[in-house]
Amino acid sequence: MSEHAAAITLEGVGKSFGDNRVLTGIDLTIRHGEVTCLLGPSGSGKSTLLRCLAFLEEHTEGIIRIAGEPMGFAPAADGGRKRLPDAAIGRVRRNLGMVFQQFNLWPHMTALGNVAEALRLVRRMDRATAEARALAQLEHVGLAHRAGHYPSELSGGQQQRVAIARALAMEPKIVLFDEPTSSLDPELTGEVLSVMRGLAQEGMTMVVVTHEIGFAAQVGEHIVFLDQGRILLEGRAAEVFQAPRHPRLAQFLQTYVDRGASLVLQE
Amino acid sequence: MNFDPALILASLPDVATGMAITILMWLGGSFMGLALGLAVSIARRWGGRWARLVLDAYVGLMRGTPFLVQLFLLYYGGPYAGLDLEPVQAGLLGLTLYSAAYFAEIFRGGFEAIPRGHVEAAVCVGLTQAQIIRRILLPEMTLLVLPSLINMFTLLVKETAVLSIITVPELTMVITAIGSANFAFAEATFLLAVSYWAIVEITGLIGRFIEGRLGRYRLV
Repeated sequence: MSEHAAAITLEGVGKSFGDNRVLTGIDLTIRHGEVTCLLGPSGSGKSTLLRCLAFLEEHTEGIIRIAGEPMGFAPAADGGRKRLPDAAIGRVRRNLGMVFQQFNLWPHMTALGNVAEALRLVRRMDRATAEARALAQLEHVGLAHRAGHYPSELSGGQQQRVAIARALAMEPKIVLFDEPTSSLDPELTGEVLSVMRGLAQEGMTMVVVTHEIGFAAQVGEHIVFLDQGRILLEGRAAEVFQAPRHPRLAQFLQTYVDRGASLVLQE
Repeated sequence: MNFDPALILASLPDVATGMAITILMWLGGSFMGLALGLAVSIARRWGGRWARLVLDAYVGLMRGTPFLVQLFLLYYGGPYAGLDLEPVQAGLLGLTLYSAAYFAEIFRGGFEAIPRGHVEAAVCVGLTQAQIIRRILLPEMTLLVLPSLINMFTLLVKETAVLSIITVPELTMVITAIGSANFAFAEATFLLAVSYWAIVEITGLIGRFIEGRLGRYRLV
């Protein structure tokens, strides 16, 4: 695989919170244009792994590269790692968009304001240009008609779609989703998943931590299954779901089947 | 002993002057305290270890000693440290230093109540720390602490009564003087209570109005 094709690479990445080890020896390559789903039981470290990619958590071992550039820590001449300056971290982070479980919209700004904020402050656009861009982005997630509403006036699904628009407005190469539907009522998850599905069809590189096995099976191309901070197995969606060779994965999937989830696979 | 409202009416002009000075001291001291408290809370949070150490001590000292004692020290002890202040100046400075400590604590609580994810979202779209403080944290914090700020303002109205002991000619001093001159303590004390109560009620009305206007930005 050529270096160009890798959107993100992880080499020997580990993470501990004090004595509590959360991730161990993660080696992973995420390719451009693919939807990678991180699956695993609660506490398996999948959200921590995603947050390490954006350097919201600092990985305590190994090297993460985003679009070829080291994130947070670079290999040092002595074989160890050296912490990169904040400016360098910020620059690498511009490749990424992040969507959170709790949406994290800024409550004192309208939907339009939330999306336009970084366009004005980071991209230095004037108000009119930024707002026109933001409105187009809201249109993209089907919420142009809600542009003037505050987060408290929007449903959870709408808030999450605004949050997706906010991330996309900065034109990231890769979008990270941290359990984007986990705090939504079942009837609201559909609208968020359909926006994500559309994004995948446009060829966006996505890394999705999710409990939506149906979504992972339909939209996910690259499946990574974590258990107790390690990658238990990874592979193409079809092979992972159709023939779950690993007993731990089979057991994990069975809990979803028991709850009535259908594993309808893509053609 | 008769309760004689005429005594009060006769001295209304003096009472009005006292009231004006009370309001002036209150608003002057409170708003300067608000500004200083905000600066203190920001410096404590982002100013590094030494700033935190010094400012923690300042806040602890102001909250740990009676306002009366602080005023005495400032007004009667000030000259020994080369700080020779008029009563009104000492009163304003005292009220500012005193209220700033409480405001700083209120702001600290507000900053801490903001979900960490709101900052992470800002970091992820590339906002700098200064931009995050100015555009995200300050507005959100203000919304969170608004009820506490209004509460603090109403408490401070009544704290201004203490200024009478360093001879600031505010409401309490004026009215107790009238009371002593006419041996009409009941009337004077009654008037005093009603006057403060009126200011507090008006403050509450303004506060509720502002809270109502800002209601739609409430945290979700």
